[in-house]
Amino acid sequence: MAYRAQQIAPPIPSGFGLGAATLVAALILGTLGVVASRAPEAGQLGPSDWAAVRFTVSQAVLSAFLSVLFAIPVARALSRRRFRGRGLLITLLGAPFLLPVIVAVMGLLAVFGRSGWVSQALELFGLPPIPIYGFHGVVIAHVFFNLPLATRVILQGWAGIPAERFRLAAQLGFSARNVARHLEWPMLKRAVPGAFAIVFAICLSSFAVALTMGGGPRATTVELAIYQAFRFDFDLGKAALLASMQLALAGSAALLALWMSQGQGGFGKGLDRSVERWDEGSRIVDFIAIFLAVLFLLVPMLAVGSRGLAALPDLPMTVWASAWMSIKVALLSAGLAFALSLPIALTAVRFAWIESVGLLTIAASPLVIGTGLFILVFPFASPQDWAFVVTACVNAVMALPFALRVLIPAVQDVCEGYGRLSLSLGLSRWAMLRLVILPRIRAPLGFATGLAAALSMGDLGVVALFAGTGEATLPLQIYRLMGAYRMDAAAGAALLLALLSFGAFWMCDAWGRRNA
Amino acid sequence: MLGDGEMLEMKEIVLKQGTFEMRANLGLEPSARVAVIGPSGAGKSTLLMALAGFLTPVNGRVYWQGEEITGTTPNVRPFSVLFQDNNLFPHMTVAQNVGLGLRPSLLLSAEEIERVECALTSVGLDGMGARKPAELSGGQQSRAALARVMVQSKPMILLDEPFAALGPALKIEMLDLVARLCTDTGAGLLMVSHDPSDARRICESAILVAEGRAHAPVATDELLRNPPEALRVYLGQ
Repeated sequence: MAYRAQQIAPPIPSGFGLGAATLVAALILGTLGVVASRAPEAGQLGPSDWAAVRFTVSQAVLSAFLSVLFAIPVARALSRRRFRGRGLLITLLGAPFLLPVIVAVMGLLAVFGRSGWVSQALELFGLPPIPIYGFHGVVIAHVFFNLPLATRVILQGWAGIPAERFRLAAQLGFSARNVARHLEWPMLKRAVPGAFAIVFAICLSSFAVALTMGGGPRATTVELAIYQAFRFDFDLGKAALLASMQLALAGSAALLALWMSQGQGGFGKGLDRSVERWDEGSRIVDFIAIFLAVLFLLVPMLAVGSRGLAALPDLPMTVWASAWMSIKVALLSAGLAFALSLPIALTAVRFAWIESVGLLTIAASPLVIGTGLFILVFPFASPQDWAFVVTACVNAVMALPFALRVLIPAVQDVCEGYGRLSLSLGLSRWAMLRLVILPRIRAPLGFATGLAAALSMGDLGVVALFAGTGEATLPLQIYRLMGAYRMDAAAGAALLLALLSFGAFWMCDAWGRRNA
Repeated sequence: MLGDGEMLEMKEIVLKQGTFEMRANLGLEPSARVAVIGPSGAGKSTLLMALAGFLTPVNGRVYWQGEEITGTTPNVRPFSVLFQDNNLFPHMTVAQNVGLGLRPSLLLSAEEIERVECALTSVGLDGMGARKPAELSGGQQSRAALARVMVQSKPMILLDEPFAALGPALKIEMLDLVARLCTDTGAGLLMVSHDPSDARRICESAILVAEGRAHAPVATDELLRNPPEALRVYLGQ
């Protein structure tokens, strides 16, 4: 009998996980409730608010469409070509996920901005520069962040086609066109809607990109409108109404993405495997696809790096102070994410539904939670005093869905593989946790914690809502430097921030991989 | 059918897994070495896992020395178990894996560490305690698992084909080691096998599991020489 099919739930205390999940749900639903209770005061959404909704949806649709459109040839090229540096390239495709938005924005401005390289090249031909601020800029930035993500999702689809199919295709003498029709097209029909929905959901909640590249009546996302209602008009009721709107938008998009991406793995397991194929396909097309993608992703980074390197020696003291602040926020946030996600992941073996608390955090945007906390804190204390704690908490919660996505399958694997052995040896709950589960999930635990640290290090969200004019985290400081047109100092600080983000991730990830 | 001398009794047991259902009504004598044979999918492993406490019968009771153990947790049952795979934790050393058999917290006294060393020596793994399972060969991994069974010193050993992945010569080596272990400690043995020669080699009696039933044990030679219809089809005779 195939006994293994039976689920073994080892005696892990569920109380902690249920407690952590309740805490997260209370934070999200509690702040939502607070926000909703203030919403009627605003009356109705005005024309500019509806414009924000339209802009949010339309830029998300176009960003998702372009990301997926460009991702298909790149993923195809990566899946059917084997070359040196292929593994490194696939790893690099994960990097934009960790890259602070403000750093990428600086890089994109250097390339596509008014005095950027592309505009200068256009000028040679007597063409006007690309209007980078507004709709174009927001979409370019979103494609920059999500092209790699879409590529990884679709590449996973390609990796999911069994090697035997390609052997059969070779045996039957399929041309590249036949392979595309019989193997790749059916796969794409399944993978592409999921990739589109994920990117769409991410772009809907975009705040930092809209803050830096958008703005103005024609390029404001709902998230940005919430921020503006606060910072400029101090209109809590209107902010709350917009927050409810955002929750409905992001919530339905998250559900859609979840529904469409069912059965697709988390962070690209087995992407390094390249299946041997016999249909040739066009080498030139593949080369161009990979070359352009690398160019688009790497050049902005190199632009920030080269400019930042020169500015690094004489960074103002405020930047170092902000960097220290960001490190503290990231540490706190990573610790919180660890403390929340581990018990929830352990409990998910017994109560699978608990992962939906992660979905809840995707639907609730950080600005919505921030709005709620602001309303709660405001009567008692100065929100500025709480800015960094709130930032750390919100970031920990926002990292939760990603952490759970890697931790839950890992815990399940351990329980399926070693649950019976642990039970038969009589390991107590704590012995099982200490001796079996923790050592065996160390790698994903390090990865998830590193993710939380990097995301919170680079976050430019709630902190912008809360922080006063004094101390700032590094991303906020960079934003201020940009606003003051101190671009060299901003580039130096951006390089520092990128190093800190990747460094934080690398340290946690390396801890997880040690002795693995 | 169930005499007073029987240590282990399964009374009117009904096991269900999805649409699969099987019955068992049998008893085993102390220190008996019994093979569980039958066609694949007949429920050999299911029977063993129910005994070990991983599957609760929908009906019937299990007794050990007259005491009911039907609903008890796996670790308090009088069995040490070796599964088809995953018998060693890959992140622990061999000595730690064996030490778990003595103390699941792994907080071992000096005397217990000594016992682990002794067990490793007696299975032929002296000096290999500090290695990780991945640094051992397949046969050595089986020996390490058997060293743990040894220090657990439970009255009965349940084997769910743990040596199936080994080559013929290695498998025979392991079976002989198991037989020696049983003789030395006086432990009983219940061993799932799909290979009749395994059963012949170390088990004097055998339980036939076929057509939804686990039959009472009979002499192995007798069963194999004169197999009932279901077993005959499986053996290809």
